[in-house]
Amino acid sequence: MQVIEARQLVKRFGKFTAVNGVSFQVERGEFFGLLGPNGAGKTSAIRMVYGFSPITSGDMAVFGLDIRTDWRRIRSRIGVCQQDNTLDPDLTVEQNLLLFARYFEINRDLARERAEQQLEFFALTNKRNARVMELSGGLARRLQLARALISEPDLLILDEPTTGLDPQSRYQVWDRLFELKKRGLTMLLTTHYMSEAESLCDRLLIMDHGDIVTEGRPRRLITEHTAESVIEIEGPSEELRSYIREHTIRHDDLGQRMIIYTEANGKMEAEIRSRFCMEACLFRPGNLEDVFLRLTGRGLRE
Amino acid sequence: MSRVDLLRISFRFRHVWFRNLITYRRIWRVNFLVPLLEPAFYIAAFGLGFSGLIEEVNYGGRDLAYTEFMAPALVATACMWNAFFETTYASFVRMYYQKTYDGLLATPLSLEEIILAEIVWAATKAAAAVTLMLVVLVPLGFADFPGAFFCIPLAFFGGLAFAAIGMCFTGIIPTIDMFNLPIFLFITPMFLFSGTFFPLSGIPDWARIITFFFPLYHLVELTRFFCIGTMESNLFVNLSYLLVFFIVFGYLALLAMKRRLTQ
Repeated sequence: MQVIEARQLVKRFGKFTAVNGVSFQVERGEFFGLLGPNGAGKTSAIRMVYGFSPITSGDMAVFGLDIRTDWRRIRSRIGVCQQDNTLDPDLTVEQNLLLFARYFEINRDLARERAEQQLEFFALTNKRNARVMELSGGLARRLQLARALISEPDLLILDEPTTGLDPQSRYQVWDRLFELKKRGLTMLLTTHYMSEAESLCDRLLIMDHGDIVTEGRPRRLITEHTAESVIEIEGPSEELRSYIREHTIRHDDLGQRMIIYTEANGKMEAEIRSRFCMEACLFRPGNLEDVFLRLTGRGLRE
Repeated sequence: MSRVDLLRISFRFRHVWFRNLITYRRIWRVNFLVPLLEPAFYIAAFGLGFSGLIEEVNYGGRDLAYTEFMAPALVATACMWNAFFETTYASFVRMYYQKTYDGLLATPLSLEEIILAEIVWAATKAAAAVTLMLVVLVPLGFADFPGAFFCIPLAFFGGLAFAAIGMCFTGIIPTIDMFNLPIFLFITPMFLFSGTFFPLSGIPDWARIITFFFPLYHLVELTRFFCIGTMESNLFVNLSYLLVFFIVFGYLALLAMKRRLTQ
């Protein structure tokens, strides 16, 4: 069964079109990513999934229910970890969890039991009586995730869950998300960290200017749009440029830097290595960031 | 799409009310202090300062000492301030700075329920403040026992009206410091001219007509009736006015907030 089925989804704010007829499906147990530069329409799209923003046109079905009419039933089965910190700063960690359970009409005993589980799962047990105001960014984010899971949702929506976290906290969040993925939870993620999307997502979609640019499994997108192997050369020579043109090699010429996409351990790679890599040369595997930058461009947004 | 849908209101709104109660309890000492001390300050100031200037006030056919006349009005003004401040500053902080409503909108609650809960909570807070004031006023003899205790449900009822109009301002005001405007142009004049500090019988007709539209005037009349058993108007007119005021501004508050928060 499809957990999310969006068809020709449109979101307009006055004359501005944030989402321009986007269709996608998320299957049960899938970890689905929604990527794109700032203003691409990711958050607008995600907000329509849980009925935070009304749909301008198109259809959105979640668990086979229509978001326009069955929003309450849908929301009772969804957990959302929003981009902003929406925790109650005056209350304690535990109170935040118990209150949230109330909104889902979970009875008190069950709520306590679940709060306990979540505190443990996110290593917050010894912080239960701390006030949210006193929490570091990493702890607050973990609490927000714990809160999103208190209703034991069938779908978890994560809007930039690791933005602004230090590397330690980020790894801890990823670790928890991997664990949830293993348990078979369906998740929808937006992020600016390509490595995050590459390692977590089963399938993803790159958006720009409200449209879908590409869609697929991360590995497949990398081989399709870039290559398994990448060579970065600082200060490319004219000789290199003409060599690349001659052999019609996939590349990006950034002026001071040349990025060449080649087959791993291929003949071409060996030749470039021996002929053009005198000094500053970097060999690395292709990644999702290459795909992202190729497709959405390197120009600054906003 | 920012239409108000009253069918989206269910009894679930009580959970948001409860959230506010929990937060209120965390700082209950501060919350309790103001309503306990405020009437004492006013009565001391007016009792000591005014007693030499004003002998007696003729109100509803009775001659009252000035403090006797004014004390019940303090109950009404406290109700107004508490309810109005709650749905303006406090709600604005929750909406804008703490993003509480955004978080709530990811749960099975509707925006209509959240706003209604805020209004009902503000009315509850007003009733709590009035209860505390009565603890001071009744023993001092400024409010009759047990009649004055009707002021508690009355404060809830009146609180709904003030909370509703406060929420309207929250729905339209761009920044938090602009609440000064409705406070100085609407709340303060109402505080001064609603028969709170002088009886309306002494002022010209045109001024009395304007006063009639102030919800505080109706609440002051009602609190005076319950505290000292005298009033110059009609109980049912007063109650009806407050009810209509709440319904009209409650609906406008829903509309304004829905426009503001629907993205």
